[in-house]
Amino acid sequence: MFLAFVFSQCVLYPHLYTTEEKSDIISTVEFNHTGELLATGDKGGRVVIFQREQESKNQVHRRGEYNVYSTFQSHEPEFDYLKSLEIEEKINKIRWLPQQNAAYFLLSTNDKTVKLWKVSERDKRPEGYNLKDEEGRLRDPATITTLRVPVLRPMDLMVEATPRRVFANAHTYHINSISVNSDYETYMSADDLRINLWNFEITNQSFNIVDIKPANMEELTEVITAAEFHPHHCNTFVYSSSKGTIRLCDMRASALCDRHTKFFEEPEDPSNRSFFSEIISSISDVKFSHSGRYIMTRDYLTVKVWDLNMENRPIETYQVHDYLRSKLCSLYENDCIFDKFECVWNGSDSVIMTGSYNNFFRMFDRNTKRDVTLEASRENSKPRAILKPRKVCVGGKRRKDEISVDSLDFSKKILHTAWHPSENIIAVAATNNLYIFQDKVN
Amino acid sequence: MFARGLKRKCVGHEEDVEGALAGLKTVSSYSLQRQSLLDMSLVKLQLCHMLVEPNLCRSVLIANTVRQIQEEMTQDGTWRAVAPQAAERAPLDRLVSTEILCRAAWGQEGAHPAPGLGDGHTQGPVSDLCPVTSAQAARHLQSSAWEMDGPRENRGSFHKSLDQIFETLETKNPSCMEELFSDVDSPYYDLDTVLTGMMGGARPGPCEGLEGLAPATPGPSSSCKSDLGELDHVVEILVET
Repeated sequence: MFLAFVFSQCVLYPHLYTTEEKSDIISTVEFNHTGELLATGDKGGRVVIFQREQESKNQVHRRGEYNVYSTFQSHEPEFDYLKSLEIEEKINKIRWLPQQNAAYFLLSTNDKTVKLWKVSERDKRPEGYNLKDEEGRLRDPATITTLRVPVLRPMDLMVEATPRRVFANAHTYHINSISVNSDYETYMSADDLRINLWNFEITNQSFNIVDIKPANMEELTEVITAAEFHPHHCNTFVYSSSKGTIRLCDMRASALCDRHTKFFEEPEDPSNRSFFSEIISSISDVKFSHSGRYIMTRDYLTVKVWDLNMENRPIETYQVHDYLRSKLCSLYENDCIFDKFECVWNGSDSVIMTGSYNNFFRMFDRNTKRDVTLEASRENSKPRAILKPRKVCVGGKRRKDEISVDSLDFSKKILHTAWHPSENIIAVAATNNLYIFQDKVN
Repeated sequence: MFARGLKRKCVGHEEDVEGALAGLKTVSSYSLQRQSLLDMSLVKLQLCHMLVEPNLCRSVLIANTVRQIQEEMTQDGTWRAVAPQAAERAPLDRLVSTEILCRAAWGQEGAHPAPGLGDGHTQGPVSDLCPVTSAQAARHLQSSAWEMDGPRENRGSFHKSLDQIFETLETKNPSCMEELFSDVDSPYYDLDTVLTGMMGGARPGPCEGLEGLAPATPGPSSSCKSDLGELDHVVEILVET
């Protein structure tokens, strides 16, 4: 029996804004390592963090809703004067650091600059200063006759976000990925042609660990599309390319990891060859499983699971929306063929999830080989309403609940989703709406 | 809709393939579709010039698609020189499509981009294009395509106003798609190369005026000052900034 997901929440994003601005489009979603916090970034450079409510005996039915915890402007639009081009403030990725003290740390990045943010709570405030009065105005020292020790008094909870590090000027091309290393001391940032390794403490230096820029740019035929560190081995990382290949690199082998340790590529199916073959093979996302044993890749029509020990083909291939195969020319024309969908593992690596069009998203159970298509829409948004599986009709007779391929809305695309690290709670970003669904059993 | 996996029959004669009539044979239909895909791709490459830096991944994928089509057309024998004197033989639709793309670079300016590539190929306005290899023609098409930079007019002539030079220099962007086709030999292009050295792929050759520039083997960009009168002053300002 497949998981039955029910609707939990839908937040018109961002929670505080009411205008339908273009900048309100969610561009990344990420749970932290405990699942207590959920961060989203948008095209306007803002980050909104949601915190799960502590379940209380009194409000059992609320089942731990996510409420806004902090909102801050992470990146601002910039202008590159040398090239006369704007640098978008859109947040491309957010990655959390594991929690080591009371504060939370996350990395957020736009096309050019990575920032480390500290999110901390303040619920006490010092009172009883000697040199300042209660409103903060300086007191005349001559009027001070006694000394006292300031004390901390409780105050309303305030959540502050402060930028602790800014890692800038290291990328000529657009950053598509960031990944925190398992050593918690370093992280990498990847752009179209290069990958850099950073130490969290050092912002004016980074090590270049991958460089695929050809000496002659005319020979450029392949770019880096995504990169990630191995979850346990701090020397290992993978990066994917626009030609549908994945390279696994070992940083112990050499300083510049231009020579891969492993090369994953599936041989092309000659019967499916077309002018669009390369474009649809371009990998838009790569994710290690939690176990570190597998990697999952997303290309335009499929999700593939690879065993790190087998390079010549994936061990599993799942069709996300194969009915689009006959529509590739139209999708090329309207640029949808270049949409970059992400993919995620559930906590136990048994289910994988990815988005599609028409606000549909798909889940694949690796054990039972069952799959389901669900929809993130307002119509299905009654509290605790079970999500009904959707079906796309590919031809012939269309049944009552099915939707035909030609009726799909390609402007409603679900590119970003996230799965809670240990529970069956998922966050789905549908343009400017953030949906949270929970397992019925919860 | 582009027919995927359509088997291509042995093309008997080019005239069949390029017919512009409705209700074509399967082979002709495939060729038309392929041509329209090529045109669409070139238009997409042109639209790279926006306010924000274009998406390199998308540009590379489109460029690879263009190359694939061009390779197949070369094998077919359907790829022909885009030359004015061959215009009569060229099918109407083909002529139209390339002309649209190359309009700004040809014709009214009177200076045609030189098609050749190889070493020792002299630059300078040529009155017509000699038949070129398909590879060169493709590159030419592509370069002409990216030259068609948004609403710009009046390009191709050597003797440009300073305003046009400034305008061009500001928007030239090494990481843009243009760089992928930077071995174009149009005098227009080389003018930029000489003045700014901003095109990462080309190293300016000896500066014997703007006209005699051979396409250089790509190397690290370096600034190069021309010793042309007032342009010299302009160059100094730009290069020293």
